[in-house]
Amino acid sequence: MSITLRLAWRNLWRQPRRTWLTAGAMVFSNVLLIFLIALQLGTYQAMIDNTLGAFSGHLQVQRSGYKENQRIRQVVPRIRDVAEELRSGLGLNSVAARGEAFALASSASRTYGIRIIGVEPEFEPRASRIPSLVNAGRFLDDPVAPEIVVGEILALNLKAQVGDELTILGSARDGSFAAAVVNIVGVFDSGLDELDRSLAQMPLEFFQETFAMNGAGHAVVINAPGLFEVESVAEKANSLLPRGQNLVVHDWNDLQPGLRQAIQADLIGSWFMYGILVILVMFSVLNTQLMSVLERTKEFGIVLSLGLSSGRLGRLVLLETVLIGLIGLALGVALGGIATSWFETHGFTYPGMEEMAQQFNVPDRFYPDLNAISLFAGPVVVFAGSVLAAIYPMARLHWLRPVQAMRSA
Amino acid sequence: MNSVRCADLRKTYKQGDQDVIGLDGVSLEVEQEGFVCLRSPSGAGKTTLLNAMGGLDRPDSGEVYVAGKRIDNLSKGKLAEMRLRNIGFVFQAYNLIPVLTAMENVEFVMHLQGVPAPERAKRAGEALNEVGLEGLENRRPAKMSGGQQQRVAVARAIVSRPAIVLADEPTANLDSSSARHLMALFARINETRGTTFVIATHDEMVMSYAKRLIRMRDGKIVEDQLQET
Ligand SMILES: Nc1ncnc2c1ncn2[C@@H]1O[C@H](COP(=O)(O)OP(=O)(O)OP(=O)(O)O)[C@@H](O)[C@H]1O
Ligand SMILES: [Mg+2]
Repeated sequence: MSITLRLAWRNLWRQPRRTWLTAGAMVFSNVLLIFLIALQLGTYQAMIDNTLGAFSGHLQVQRSGYKENQRIRQVVPRIRDVAEELRSGLGLNSVAARGEAFALASSASRTYGIRIIGVEPEFEPRASRIPSLVNAGRFLDDPVAPEIVVGEILALNLKAQVGDELTILGSARDGSFAAAVVNIVGVFDSGLDELDRSLAQMPLEFFQETFAMNGAGHAVVINAPGLFEVESVAEKANSLLPRGQNLVVHDWNDLQPGLRQAIQADLIGSWFMYGILVILVMFSVLNTQLMSVLERTKEFGIVLSLGLSSGRLGRLVLLETVLIGLIGLALGVALGGIATSWFETHGFTYPGMEEMAQQFNVPDRFYPDLNAISLFAGPVVVFAGSVLAAIYPMARLHWLRPVQAMRSA
Repeated sequence: MNSVRCADLRKTYKQGDQDVIGLDGVSLEVEQEGFVCLRSPSGAGKTTLLNAMGGLDRPDSGEVYVAGKRIDNLSKGKLAEMRLRNIGFVFQAYNLIPVLTAMENVEFVMHLQGVPAPERAKRAGEALNEVGLEGLENRRPAKMSGGQQQRVAVARAIVSRPAIVLADEPTANLDSSSARHLMALFARINETRGTTFVIATHDEMVMSYAKRLIRMRDGKIVEDQLQET
């Protein structure tokens, strides 16, 4: 071991309590940062999965312009074939074709405007969560039957329940009247009020017949295996689309523009908080290193007299901070990693969270997401900040003269 | 050639708005293999003079030469370099780095000089033997007596074979028998290695070892005489 390193290391343990306090502050903030950042990433993941998974999916293939102006004539022709080609081309089952229309739905006593989605009963359960959220009756199972599932609030508003009939009235693709009488076979509760209030699903083929779609639909929903794969799946899907029909692939950010903005706003708020934490650690390092430099002034006077350059002395002091920083980093990452990975499997909740969860459609348990970023981002910044904080005490040594140092009491 | 030569050194310190005289026109030549004692009442400028000779502090005016080279106008870094190569220091107290063992303390200066590790160990071992500390190589300063600590400081001062060792009241914190031992050691090194010593002291016993005794007062040399030992 080099003598400088030996010297720095032993100097740390001249005041073991102080060294541990400083390292402890680093460990504490590192554990906290790891946990909070992992929790944050995990929550975003859940927010995205929840919001997208309920209905809109990661990606949708649509006619260009349909997203901005949802007119029934902006179609994807032969939509079930397009979906089938995407399924086999992407090697993914989580691909489902849909048609969408606005219509009036009348029960025995009420009438409401609703958004009707024609879905493939076989594939829709793999592409979105609504089929699994049916809590009364069942989901659609027959591709051509005159059946419908409706959101819970809509059912309440219509004063209708499973087994009742609804009359659907709207305008078809060709401008003619679209009318049908359908049976309510299920009621779903997605937790998203917007969907529960206005959404209804019927079999795609029956939808196409009712709205004179002539085999066309409006969107093919694609769910990638995970968020990180969305981009590559989108590229591949793009290459698989039939040419010349003006089709585009929208990603989730196009489909739910508010989501990314909400996440970004939340990120800014938390960076601010993390910044304060790091600054507190920096001040604690600054304080201890300044103290430790001041109380060794006489000793430094001696080594400067011997011919140690002040630059080298400064590096020695910096090395001491680097060593404490490394202790803080190693212990912080270890403890933070262990604690966070426990919560990663068991989940994290606190009193009152369940109510909030219901209200805002977030899960009632948060699962931190421990990965290279959540594990190292905080500790590395704390380390860098600590070393930065030691620069001032180090710089002071530059102006220290041996004689004046030795004369200091 | 002289090992150290000073010409008309002057230094005033500012204490508040008062000027305090440190050195008031000191000229001095220290011969090679000399063994010089500086004596004076307290505050007459001994430490100031030693610091100027050793390049620890700059005089306001005058010139200092060490081994024939002018040093009073060197930059801070060059001065540090010069001290490292040419001068050994022994101070009154707190000479050693507390977290290093006797051996490591002695090796430290050689480390700064870039002496390779095996050579360092060998020379440090020899120097510690020379000052009579064999067996204590791995002790830390806190576990050594004041006399032993001063001996480590001497070993460190001589290990890189400097032309001159400057010692500022090296016995002030020692009991009389340790002090005697230390002076005998200085005298022997002066004898065997030809190292020049300049020692500031208030101690009559120390002065009795000097080949040359210089008396200072108010920043001036007032008496300079050779003496038989
Ligand atoms: N850094 C300083 N600032 C102000 N005054 C100083 C400083 N260093 C020395 N002096 C003053 O300069 C004068 C000479 O001091 P110096 O330390 O050289 O004397 P000395 O002979 O070594 O004294 P002592 O025997 O007490 O060690 C004294 O009056 C001292 O107070
Ligand atoms: Mg003095």
